[in-house]
Amino acid sequence: MNNVAFEKNTGNKIANRTVVSDTLLELASENKDILVLTSDSRGSASMVPFADALPEQLIEVGIAEQNLVGISAGLAAYGKKPFVASPACFLSMRSIEQIKVDIAYSKTNVKLIGISGGVSYGALGMSHHSVQDLAVTRAIPDLHVMMPADRHETKKMIEALVDYETPVYMRIGRNPVEDSYLNADYDFQIGKAVIMHEGDDLTIIATGETVRVALDTAYALKADGISCRVINMHTIKPLDEAAIIQAAKETGRIITIEEHSIFGGLGSAVSEVTSQFCPVPVKILGIPDEPAIAGNTKEVFQHYGLSAENVACIAKEMLGC
Amino acid sequence: MLNIVELKRKATEIRMSVIDMVYEAGTGHTGSSLSNTDILTALFYGVMKVDPTNPTWEDRDRYIQSKGHAVESYWAVLADMGFFPKEELKTFSKFNSRLIGHPNNKVPGVEMNTGALGHGLSISVGMALAAKLDKKPYRVFTLMGDGELAEGSVWEAAMSAAHYQLDNLVGIIDRNRLQITGSTDDVMSNEPLDKKWQSFGWEVVEVDGNDVAELVRVFKEAPIATGKPTMILANTIKGKGISLAENVASWHHHVPTKEEYDLAMTELSKQLEVLA
Repeated sequence: MNNVAFEKNTGNKIANRTVVSDTLLELASENKDILVLTSDSRGSASMVPFADALPEQLIEVGIAEQNLVGISAGLAAYGKKPFVASPACFLSMRSIEQIKVDIAYSKTNVKLIGISGGVSYGALGMSHHSVQDLAVTRAIPDLHVMMPADRHETKKMIEALVDYETPVYMRIGRNPVEDSYLNADYDFQIGKAVIMHEGDDLTIIATGETVRVALDTAYALKADGISCRVINMHTIKPLDEAAIIQAAKETGRIITIEEHSIFGGLGSAVSEVTSQFCPVPVKILGIPDEPAIAGNTKEVFQHYGLSAENVACIAKEMLGC
Repeated sequence: MLNIVELKRKATEIRMSVIDMVYEAGTGHTGSSLSNTDILTALFYGVMKVDPTNPTWEDRDRYIQSKGHAVESYWAVLADMGFFPKEELKTFSKFNSRLIGHPNNKVPGVEMNTGALGHGLSISVGMALAAKLDKKPYRVFTLMGDGELAEGSVWEAAMSAAHYQLDNLVGIIDRNRLQITGSTDDVMSNEPLDKKWQSFGWEVVEVDGNDVAELVRVFKEAPIATGKPTMILANTIKGKGISLAENVASWHHHVPTKEEYDLAMTELSKQLEVLA
């Protein structure tokens, strides 16, 4: 792809949550059926401008996530297009039964936006981390699961979700992330992985903010003459199995990186495909099975080896060099 | 609309269908379905604007059965009204039937899949809110059990219905004072129910929940106050209509034996004769 920010540092200062809010404001101004629901989370979701501009289209539910999801299901059953913006840690756990029954099982067209996801609440501790959400949501039938890499992909994803009839859980982080794309001028399709960088020696598959780590790793490996493919798996479900099988066949080794528990997330999803259709060595990198250490995202990533330096080492080990 | 005697006959016929379904399937929530039969009869035959030939009519009144387990009477009503063929009732709880043990929105006339307790009122708040946003005339009726009220999510929904002044929302509590383990007072006491709902900003009406005439009257009267949701505390008898099941907790999901089936059907037939 020619619009990938392969050499890092675009100096982005815009958080994905701001992009979600701006994009929804733009779309909702033209479409009165688009509603945003918050759980005292309009500030965290950067939704204050939306609330000010379209007060009738922002529904405040208060700190009551089960009710938040139930109400959104009722609105969608009528024909509204609710986007629920609530911290991923609460949305994906407190209200998971409403997500399972009122949304997925009843097939109501609700878009769940888990904000401040992963470890982006940093020092607030495990109560505020959401690193089990992919595992839980992707096990629910008829619920699709997505995670955008950067602000450009966030915009493309929100635009795509407006006319997407299936319920979706989409997780974003709290803080600005370095761009993975140079711009939003590319073809984005739900369920279709993006090959960010071609390579033959091994493949790194990443999702969300770890796509940047994958790109940095590939860049570092390139200097050592190693050709590393980078796949951005923005849609965890439905999973682009073809891209995984192709990568397994053509490169023979896979590393997955995710801001999620090593259980049940991207690494598990990829391994479910490779183990059945094209067995190759897969190394799963993520948050280990413990309450994540306190620190900002960069520090936590560094601590658990979700850094270009460490992933490059692991890649070389897998390649025997 | 049916007159009062016709409504009573209808309720008795629905009870006979309930017993048939549970007996045939060998499973079901017998006492619970008999408890809410009069409520459903009053709503569907006497109050709600619904159209079996056009189940997704935009302006239809919405019914959400939050106490999803009491589904046999619901299936019987929908079939009798023509939402689906009556013959299909024989498939209740059988392999691959869509008439499962909880409301299922693959069936015409059913809005949402319910059965996990404490969900229905939130969904109804969403539906009532949508009506307010688009200035639609429909009302939303939600049936809950009294045991269900121990779910905290009910009270989250209660708070939000009052906050959004949803006077197009009517809650009904099938207050039979029994749940699977025993009496609601023993399991988790919920008194004083009227004051609880009032303090959450609802208008509360107490009614004999097995009296179809009274039920029709209060359903039609709602909303009692502009800008406030209405809660109807419907005092019912679990197992209503069948002497050996009335007020017996174990009939919550008891399947009648052949002897009990015969006794029940004889008793219900006699009730029908009186109403002729």
